[in-house]
Amino acid sequence: MGKVERIAVLIKQVPATENVRIDPETGVMIREGLAVEVNPLDLHAIEEAVRFKEKFPDARVTAVTMGPPAAAKAVRYAVAMGCDEGVVVTDRAFAGSDTLATSRVLAEALRKLGSEGGKGFDLILAGERATDGETGQVGPSVGTLLGVPVLTYVSKLEVRDGGFEAERAVEGGHERVSAPMPALAVVIKEINVPRLCTLSGKLRGRKAEVRTLSFADLGLPRESVGLAGSPTKVVKVGYPQVTRKGRKVSAFEDFGGALGALEKFLRAGDFVPAGRSQGVNG
Amino acid sequence: MAGEKTAKGEVWTLAEVREGKLHSVSYELLAWGRTLADGLGVPLASVVLSGSESPPPESLFERGADRVYLTAAPELKNGLSDACAGVLSDMAEEYKPQILIASATTWGRSTMSILYAKRGCGLTADCTGLSIKDGALLQTRPAIGGNVMADIMTPDRRPQMCTVRPKSKGPLPPDSSRKGEVVRYSPRKSALASALTYLGFAPEARVGLPIQDAEVVVSGGKGMKGAKNFALLDELARLLGGSVGASRSAVDLGWAPHSSQVGLSGKSVTPRLYIACGISGAVQHLAGMSGADSVIAINTDPEAPIFGVADFGVVGSVLEILPRLIEDMKKGESR
Repeated sequence: MGKVERIAVLIKQVPATENVRIDPETGVMIREGLAVEVNPLDLHAIEEAVRFKEKFPDARVTAVTMGPPAAAKAVRYAVAMGCDEGVVVTDRAFAGSDTLATSRVLAEALRKLGSEGGKGFDLILAGERATDGETGQVGPSVGTLLGVPVLTYVSKLEVRDGGFEAERAVEGGHERVSAPMPALAVVIKEINVPRLCTLSGKLRGRKAEVRTLSFADLGLPRESVGLAGSPTKVVKVGYPQVTRKGRKVSAFEDFGGALGALEKFLRAGDFVPAGRSQGVNG
Repeated sequence: MAGEKTAKGEVWTLAEVREGKLHSVSYELLAWGRTLADGLGVPLASVVLSGSESPPPESLFERGADRVYLTAAPELKNGLSDACAGVLSDMAEEYKPQILIASATTWGRSTMSILYAKRGCGLTADCTGLSIKDGALLQTRPAIGGNVMADIMTPDRRPQMCTVRPKSKGPLPPDSSRKGEVVRYSPRKSALASALTYLGFAPEARVGLPIQDAEVVVSGGKGMKGAKNFALLDELARLLGGSVGASRSAVDLGWAPHSSQVGLSGKSVTPRLYIACGISGAVQHLAGMSGADSVIAINTDPEAPIFGVADFGVVGSVLEILPRLIEDMKKGESR
């Protein structure tokens, strides 16, 4: 009791956002060669799992992702960072899943993987949200479907008195809460700095045998996953123009003029509280 | 069966109580909810989950609610999300609202994410637009860093649930002649049970409000050249009654706390005015601030992408411009 022996990390493969450019004509993101990476916020969940493993050397960390077969690359990266094994939950039946249908699949996969080890997961870690869908809903709903306590916005996580004690970053400060074991924690960027993979880690990742779980392996009702199992439907997708036609002045050419124009803009927009509205040129 | 469609349910907004007081997002939600309820011809109700009989519900009527469901129980004092979701789930079962909207705050997101999974309903995160289409809720939300706007509907499951981005709509002006009905709801003990134990809260020392709540956000990036220059941003934020934000690079360099990071892996902010100081404007950063009403950018590189989303741009060094701007504003202050 109170020992963290099995940890699961939920990760997602997303389009790489570094160096992404927007097509100025269409406003569409140019995804150069559709490069993919582990969702950057999930790296903090992986890092936290690996740190728990360092504290509890008997602990076994399993990285789990749902996605196309190519998402094996994401779990290989997790293994390279120090996870023990990786599982890709993949099937055409899962295509079009919204956050609820995705959560059902991941929860069932964790239930299956947990029961195989005799003892379920003591801790499930997830990142705050994915940089593509940006919902942040899958972590909490996986925990809810599994019936385990859910800790969100976790900036610090410790094992204490046989359970977990967490710090949560909320508006205006940090809240401290505790939860019994097992629990699911959604961690935020503030919790740690993800390590870089070592050369031997990379080799381990490359050689790792990545297990695949399919729809048939999970035994979920067909109507609970994929498009059919998704309560929400995307009815339209648009590409907004975020460009504004603003005025630009150069302080390199005319410092006083640029400063004056800036102060004028602030006054005109009523941004300067009363009594502070007199600039040099005002 | 739970969660199925009912013909005429109310529109519900989830009020947010912080330290025994209603937070302003509760009124923003009513402004959204009013349009939806009027579009459907049904009453608008606000749900208050609180540790005690306070806060008084009158202000919710003044801001557009026809009814307030007041659920007061000591167990709800600290807003633990699983208990809040448990109570809401029972209430939804009993009163069958057709729409439930909450604010995309840490509490709103956490509570709604647990609730939708409990009920097998749909949940759409972080909406910036809501309307009624063919008698149902049309939810518009940005994705992939604001480069895509998706329209989402929930055809079959009820309530239709979503969170909306704070400040994406201003509250209705208060109308003190508006009155409404208070319905007191007594929750089941089992629904109130939380798996979590609340241990305490440590407020963060900082200038101004959290950046998500601020009317003005003054943000710094790599062009600030060091942590000590963030004092300039603190000073400008103080003069403008705003808060200080930062780009990912500035946070990664340790110049500013994580809680101030604006962008895809940080916070999305929607202030009246956003001032980007020494921030080039990577796609990830723009995703977090392009919803601001007005944007000022100061950067040495005239080609920096930040100028593409700015209403007013100054090509120049922030370290030269900010001290002068602050000095001028202080002169104005002392006058």
